Amino acid sequence: MSRTDLPLIMGIETSCDETGVGLVRGCELLGEDVASSVAEHARFGGVVPEVASRAHLEAMVPTVRRALDAAGVKASDVDAIAVTAGPGLAGALLVGVSAAKAYAMALGVPLYGVNHLVGHVAVDQLEHGPLPKPAVALLVSGGHTSLLLVNDLATDVRSLGDTVDDAAGEAYDKVARLLDLPYPGGPPIDRAAREGDPKAIRFPRGKWGDGTFDFSFSGLKTAVARWVENAGRAGEAIPVADIAAGFQESVVDVLTRKAVDACREHGVEHLVISGGVAANSRLRALAEERCAAAGITLRVPRPKLCTDNGAMIAALGAEVVAAGLPPSRLDLATDTSLPVSVPLAP
Amino acid sequence: MLLLAFDTATPAVTAAVCTAPDAGAPDSVAVAASTASVDARRHGELLAPGIADVVERAGAALSDLTHIAVGIGPGPYTGLRVGLTTGLSLADALGIECVGVATLDALAFASGRTGPFIAATDARRKEVFWARYADARTRVGDIAVDRPAELDTGGLPVIGHGAALYGEVLGADEESAAPLHPTAAALGELAARRLLAGEELPAPRPMYLRRPDAVEPGAPKKVRQWKA
Repeated sequence: MSRTDLPLIMGIETSCDETGVGLVRGCELLGEDVASSVAEHARFGGVVPEVASRAHLEAMVPTVRRALDAAGVKASDVDAIAVTAGPGLAGALLVGVSAAKAYAMALGVPLYGVNHLVGHVAVDQLEHGPLPKPAVALLVSGGHTSLLLVNDLATDVRSLGDTVDDAAGEAYDKVARLLDLPYPGGPPIDRAAREGDPKAIRFPRGKWGDGTFDFSFSGLKTAVARWVENAGRAGEAIPVADIAAGFQESVVDVLTRKAVDACREHGVEHLVISGGVAANSRLRALAEERCAAAGITLRVPRPKLCTDNGAMIAALGAEVVAAGLPPSRLDLATDTSLPVSVPLAP
Repeated sequence: MLLLAFDTATPAVTAAVCTAPDAGAPDSVAVAASTASVDARRHGELLAPGIADVVERAGAALSDLTHIAVGIGPGPYTGLRVGLTTGLSLADALGIECVGVATLDALAFASGRTGPFIAATDARRKEVFWARYADARTRVGDIAVDRPAELDTGGLPVIGHGAALYGEVLGADEESAAPLHPTAAALGELAARRLLAGEELPAPRPMYLRRPDAVEPGAPKKVRQWKA
């Protein structure tokens, strides 16, 4: 049911390699579109900022058009514009923020520069309705691995822990390269792991039981590299499926254990998992198992909403508008390391 | 005609509004308002307020605009894209045409020179973007990117920030290199004159002149082995 009394928010996301635009009213997603430059980055084994920025410029206006069409609304129907102000790649963020300012000025509507990470949590409201307060959120993607305590999406989000080195998705990409699997590494490792024995090789669990909610994945990656190198030197065949399964088990074991521990420590009964790695089948399965055992309700948006998109930014925009927060100024700056404690940039 | 012009392909962030009677002569173009600030690191912050400022001082609203003209570079890419994204998005939202103007052409036009010269801007990495002009309105040949020492000036005066930066090599100083940066007033006037004369202008697409300098990865580097 469409609540036409709620403002229509257009969200624009360009923090990495996806140009995303979404149209949202309250907790309802009306339509969205995403243009990805991932194929252009594949041969480099990671996102090349300049390639991503060029692609954003090409895709920006066409993506806005397709999103408006998908939502069945006109640009003149839009009541406010929300845009990712950070964190993200400097040149990429700047394309989205420039476009958002132009649309806001031309349409005569307010502009809200919002936090990409909080957007990943807010997007769950489009799938499962209003988020209970408080909630814990685990954000896992190629660029981020964070545990958040979300008291209020618009005004009170606190960081509980972060990766101290590689993001989980980054570790997947690097291990995929070691195993001659394609980029991005998440899906091929997930597939290979299904054929392997997760207990055949026990890889280390970074920052396991260290009493923090921080993560570390670079040691794990090095352990895999060492294993692969030794097998190669000994002339042995590389057991790709077992390595993938053992690596994946190490990653999701730490992620889910720390997420559940964070819920327990803060007396929180709702856990949201979002970000590109939330599409991982083993992460979903183990999180469900451990949340059920701990009496925690698990919320994971569908994979299309977990990866970067404009709907998540519109969803957070709807929250800050509903909270009555003041719009960002026209000289809004991008912030490549915008802290998660700042859902709305001034 | 009510034309909004801006350029972000140099350290200058500049915007202007130009007016002309509909179907007027090219000489009827006037600059109603203009602004410029030089800050190579704040294009994204300065452009939108600059546009709001010149439109207001021109006594107009964005919805009154009939055309947008934007500098298409070449210039440092991050800044360049601020102007192009803004131009394309504004034109889409307002339902009006957006045309491109080479940033060096706007710089050349701003010089008002009547004889031949070279215009050069900073391309970073010890290079300049440059082109040859017969006079302020007439470019001769294509725009190129080169090291200053590789540039055959043929004894012509060299203007622009690129000339001032490499004054010893290019035989210029701050004074002889003026104007250092393009102005949106010049860019807008040039675009409006060409539109009124029925000339075709470039599409609002960036002139990069270089590929992204990414390299494909080689074999994974060796990890240190533990000694048993």
